[in-house]
Amino acid sequence: MSQLRKQGLTRRALLSRAVAAGALAVAGPGFIAAPDAAWAVEVTAISEHQMATLLQMARDIYPHDRVGDRYYAVAVKSYDVTDQKQMVADGIAALDAAAREAGFDTYLAAGWEDERVAILRRIEDTPFFQTVRGGLVTGLYNQKEVWPIFGYEGESFSHGGYIARGFDDIDWL
Amino acid sequence: MAQAAKFDLNDDNVVVIVGTGAGGGVLANELAQKGVKVVALEAGGRYMPEDYVNDEWESFGQLAWTDPRTTSGDWRVAKDFSGLPAWIVKAVGGTSVHWAGASLRFQDHEWKARTNYGAVEGANLLDWPIDGAEMAPWYDKAEAKLGVTGVGGRARLPGSNNYKVFEKGALAVGYKEVHTGNMAINSADYDGRMACQQTGFCFQGCKWGAKWSSAYTDIPRGEATGNLEVRDHAHVARILHDDSGKVTGVEYFDKDGNLQMQKARIVAVAGNSFESPRLLLNSHSSMFPDGLANRSGQVGRNYMRHTTGSVYATFEHPVRMWRGTTMAGIIRDEARHDPSRGFVGGYELETLSLGLPFMAAFLDPGAWGREFTTALDSYENMAGMWIVGEDMPQADNRVTLSDTADAFGLKVANVNFSDHPNDIAMRDHAYARGQAIYKAVGATRVMPTPPYPSTHNLGTNRMSERPEDGVVNRHGQSHDIPNLFVSDGSQFTSGAAENPTLTIVALAIRQADHIAKEMAAGNV
Repeated sequence: MSQLRKQGLTRRALLSRAVAAGALAVAGPGFIAAPDAAWAVEVTAISEHQMATLLQMARDIYPHDRVGDRYYAVAVKSYDVTDQKQMVADGIAALDAAAREAGFDTYLAAGWEDERVAILRRIEDTPFFQTVRGGLVTGLYNQKEVWPIFGYEGESFSHGGYIARGFDDIDWL
Repeated sequence: MAQAAKFDLNDDNVVVIVGTGAGGGVLANELAQKGVKVVALEAGGRYMPEDYVNDEWESFGQLAWTDPRTTSGDWRVAKDFSGLPAWIVKAVGGTSVHWAGASLRFQDHEWKARTNYGAVEGANLLDWPIDGAEMAPWYDKAEAKLGVTGVGGRARLPGSNNYKVFEKGALAVGYKEVHTGNMAINSADYDGRMACQQTGFCFQGCKWGAKWSSAYTDIPRGEATGNLEVRDHAHVARILHDDSGKVTGVEYFDKDGNLQMQKARIVAVAGNSFESPRLLLNSHSSMFPDGLANRSGQVGRNYMRHTTGSVYATFEHPVRMWRGTTMAGIIRDEARHDPSRGFVGGYELETLSLGLPFMAAFLDPGAWGREFTTALDSYENMAGMWIVGEDMPQADNRVTLSDTADAFGLKVANVNFSDHPNDIAMRDHAYARGQAIYKAVGATRVMPTPPYPSTHNLGTNRMSERPEDGVVNRHGQSHDIPNLFVSDGSQFTSGAAENPTLTIVALAIRQADHIAKEMAAGNV
């Protein structure tokens, strides 16, 4: 917690790369993409399966049903680098092994969140899980773009604070 | 404004103050106003209101002390934030940039904790050598300096949404002493500082300057006298002494990393309850093998952090607790000493809010899954309060030198802390009361939240009547070394239930008076 995690790419940069590559709509070599083409993540160092697994892990660790996949994708994009490649490969291999012990082909093959959470519980004390979870605390919740989904208004000084903007406007007490 | 002073490294007539927060910054200005020459050394950089940032993580990166520290003991902070035992500031103005502004006097009985609480097993309680009557005039001066609301004819702040929920619940469960606090945050223009604009982000430095901080009050005023030089990015390594056992100056690393030596007539240590004992311990010598001012063996011991915790609750409808002054709300009914509750001492309940990024980090560190995330989903409908209670001094809750070294090769502080049973009983009581308060206004869910990295860091160089019981005397002066002073919260003999800054400021004003008189009399 003593350092800010820097995101590898902004959401805008991700989207612009996806558009430039023309690889929308389906998951193709080097990409995973939303079926509705709303976003895409390019993968370079790690595999598509690994990125898709990281994305699902992120959702299952901090599930917010009103927060779209693209924000989770931004939060885990930083693992797609050479010096994280081995950590990710080993971690996801262990996660998929835990899934097989639970009767699924892979972690992603478990259809219900409860089933995947039970698999995650098997590995939650590992450095891999704790690294991914810890990174999400800032990687997900410090994205200014997700704040409005939670109602959080962020910076207020430039608006003159809330003295005339509802600091005491509660009306249901 | 007069040009700020520049003093020669060989000027041995200056008072050197280590740290520029509520203790050191006030002491520096008060001495400068009396004509005493002061060099204040500050490890951090210099930021003013225009530099502060309304963004929790970015501000943390700007202001927080993130140099290495290590932790041990059974407190949860050692597990969740092992390298970050405290959330305090490394900057000119110190933690007075970050504090929330709550400015409460100690209650009379709290100055004499050992007498009034009796012997508490496992606690190292001691009476302060001073009392409320002696401190009253110094509190008056401190409240006037800080512009504290609710005293001195100054109006209290208006209540925010978070306060209104808190107040209604408090009254519903029968509490009587409930208001928006005694805050060093202006409710109207005062002393050249403007009124609070209800911006939130009190912890990130007040961009309006409505909250008192030594960074933009005492420090520039001291500099304007021509008697104060502040050197920022000056990291003090050790305090030096002569063969007679008097301190003679300090060695510090300057902003370029070069080791400098500033001579001194007096040295005052005000680096917070971690850095002050660390500096004394790191200054060991053949004459003082256990560190300076440590013939008692008490340096670093009796670390206190207040019994804290938070209670958050969600409601059917929005609260938007982040809007407005963060801590302008208090319930004082539980601050009394009433052992029938199952613990000695008392606690305050104060409004608190965190932004979404810090709420995610601190609501339940390490937690994941829907129990955690559904709470955050209701962030907009959340209200929050903080518990501030007196914790027990314990000899083994202490700051020692770690095997870890900082960027300068200096051993860092290890902070060992474990809760006393009294602390746990008090926290559990406060959790129950806090939850009852919110349920009384229709909370749909209540969350007793564990303590954050410490913001109230006390003890470790405690004040005592007898030299064998503590580190400094009634004036914050070392029992062992007459020209060495401690000027921050580390001199607290006990913690009381109140936020400590007002008492730190009052003690600094009083100490400045003492030092100036002793210098004039030729005694130091």
